Amino acid sequence: MSATTSPMPNSSVPGRAKDRATSEALGRRRARADAIVRVLCTAATILGLLFLASILLTLIIRGAGGISLSVFTNVTRPPGSHGGLLNPIIGSIIQVFLATIVGTPIGMLVGTYLAEYAGESRFGQVVRFVSDVLLSAPSILIGLFVYQILVLPFGGFSGWAGIVALAIIVIPVVVRTTEDMLRLLPNTLREAVIGLGAPKWKMIVLVCWRAAVSGIITGVLLAVARVAGETAPLLFTSLGNLNWSLNLSQPMSSLPITIYSYAGSPYEDWITLAWTGALIITLGVLGLNIAARSVLRARR
Amino acid sequence: MAQVAVPETLEAAPARPTTRKGSGTGDTIFAFLCRAAAALVLVLLGAIIVELFLGGLPAFKAFGAAFVTSTEWDPVQEIYGAGVPIYGTILTAILALLLAVPVAFGIAFFLTEMAPDWMRGPVGTAIELLAAVPSIIFGMWGFFVIVPVMAGTIQPAIIDTIGELPLIGSLFQGPPFGTGLFTAALILAIMVLPFIAATMRDVFLQVPGVYKESAYGLGSTRWEVMRKVVLPYTRISVVGGIMLGLGRALGETMAVTFVIGNANRITPSLFGPGNTIASIVALEFGESGAGSLKLSSLLALGFLLFVISFAVLALSRWLLRSRLKG
Repeated sequence: MSATTSPMPNSSVPGRAKDRATSEALGRRRARADAIVRVLCTAATILGLLFLASILLTLIIRGAGGISLSVFTNVTRPPGSHGGLLNPIIGSIIQVFLATIVGTPIGMLVGTYLAEYAGESRFGQVVRFVSDVLLSAPSILIGLFVYQILVLPFGGFSGWAGIVALAIIVIPVVVRTTEDMLRLLPNTLREAVIGLGAPKWKMIVLVCWRAAVSGIITGVLLAVARVAGETAPLLFTSLGNLNWSLNLSQPMSSLPITIYSYAGSPYEDWITLAWTGALIITLGVLGLNIAARSVLRARR
Repeated sequence: MAQVAVPETLEAAPARPTTRKGSGTGDTIFAFLCRAAAALVLVLLGAIIVELFLGGLPAFKAFGAAFVTSTEWDPVQEIYGAGVPIYGTILTAILALLLAVPVAFGIAFFLTEMAPDWMRGPVGTAIELLAAVPSIIFGMWGFFVIVPVMAGTIQPAIIDTIGELPLIGSLFQGPPFGTGLFTAALILAIMVLPFIAATMRDVFLQVPGVYKESAYGLGSTRWEVMRKVVLPYTRISVVGGIMLGLGRALGETMAVTFVIGNANRITPSLFGPGNTIASIVALEFGESGAGSLKLSSLLALGFLLFVISFAVLALSRWLLRSRLKG
């Protein structure tokens, strides 16, 4: 790299002055290349931040004006009759809550298996790989899958189908964080517990899980944030319901689906409601993400 | 004490298996639960593949292997082919990566080598939050903010300049609708940007400090350290991160659905409307009755999408395996 030590083989007039001139030119060129790249990279970062800012600003400008008590107290109604988003909000809360209740224990057990039992076994590696693939797999396909196994055979869209679809998305998120957090624990902790004569399952449940609880909570919060905004899997499972319904065997309303159908409608007040719903959901999801981070940071 | 303790442990030794058995049932049950949950994950993946394939079987039977290449999509005559959505899926995903990778690299470079310490945390978090924004929000933002800008200024400008060129000009011609393949690729690029940037940042941070310090000590500039030390050291993981972004871009649904234009034909121009596998499934599903050939074709498309994204994600995991171990 160093320019001063490399003489120019093709140079017909070798000499100190020429060498210095060449090296200075090279130095200038290197500094210039560095400066250009640094400007471009700073610009790239600003661009990335601008996208986030633009999305948030758009949501606030178009959605904040529509926030009023009636959004949270009125159910969805035909355009022009002051409808709200009560049933989509309740429907989303129910589905996301139950999906988390179903998916979290399974994800924790899988993560525990990978960290505490699997070791380097072939089965463990395959499970880890498949879980990672499911983590990034297109969520629309999970919706189609649940449509095939729960909607078609049981004669209709239902809240339960939506819950199962979201739970399948929750599992790999919780697997990933549970395994990572358990692996961070020092082995001396395990040896101390086993040395006291405790069986392995007590070591895991009473000591390891408790020591990793902040990490596991982080994983659950991230999973909730992830499924709260999921739209595609619900299109084929809980479908959406414009009427008030808490029956999980019936199609169930959800915030993302309502936003989707309202945003594509030609009615001014429905579009405003869609923006308000989008603002609510984005603030919720980003808030959960920030909460998840602070849980982890507080512990460290 | 010691004299008493020694015979006790000696005596306890043969009795150990029985005491172990007592607490062993708890262990057996718990280990079984963990193993069963792990097996469930494998069963899930297998079931997804099998169910999508079985659902698509009538379409595969009706159209044969030509289903994959046929560009026809005619609900009236009940002729369906996967050609247009496969073309749209791959084109938008590749185009999205072309747009996103340089920017993601810039962000990762900025965050690892340039930014002052106080800035790294907040800026990194902001970029990661961009990844958390739900797909449907990107769709609305794209449709109501980006599409008008594309239609009003960007597309006419490109059509008047690059569109006039020979050869590549034909890619940038046609009426400036604002929606279409190019806009979908742009939104996809913004969506996968934080995933690629975060992966690149993480792998750049794994380069041993000694290597970079040696290069700096020889008088290298930051760009030279990046290009000649960091990138060669991490290039496999970087490609893995890009593949991860590709996997995401291939299956993204709601955002694309808003801006793709929903047309089931291949147009030569990037500004033309189209469809991806995910968007056609989302858009056409509502008009497909249970048991219809159309629904089966959509499930067959889902199966194809699963195969494509599984291959890409598997490749990504394989390339990133060294990073995951580290």
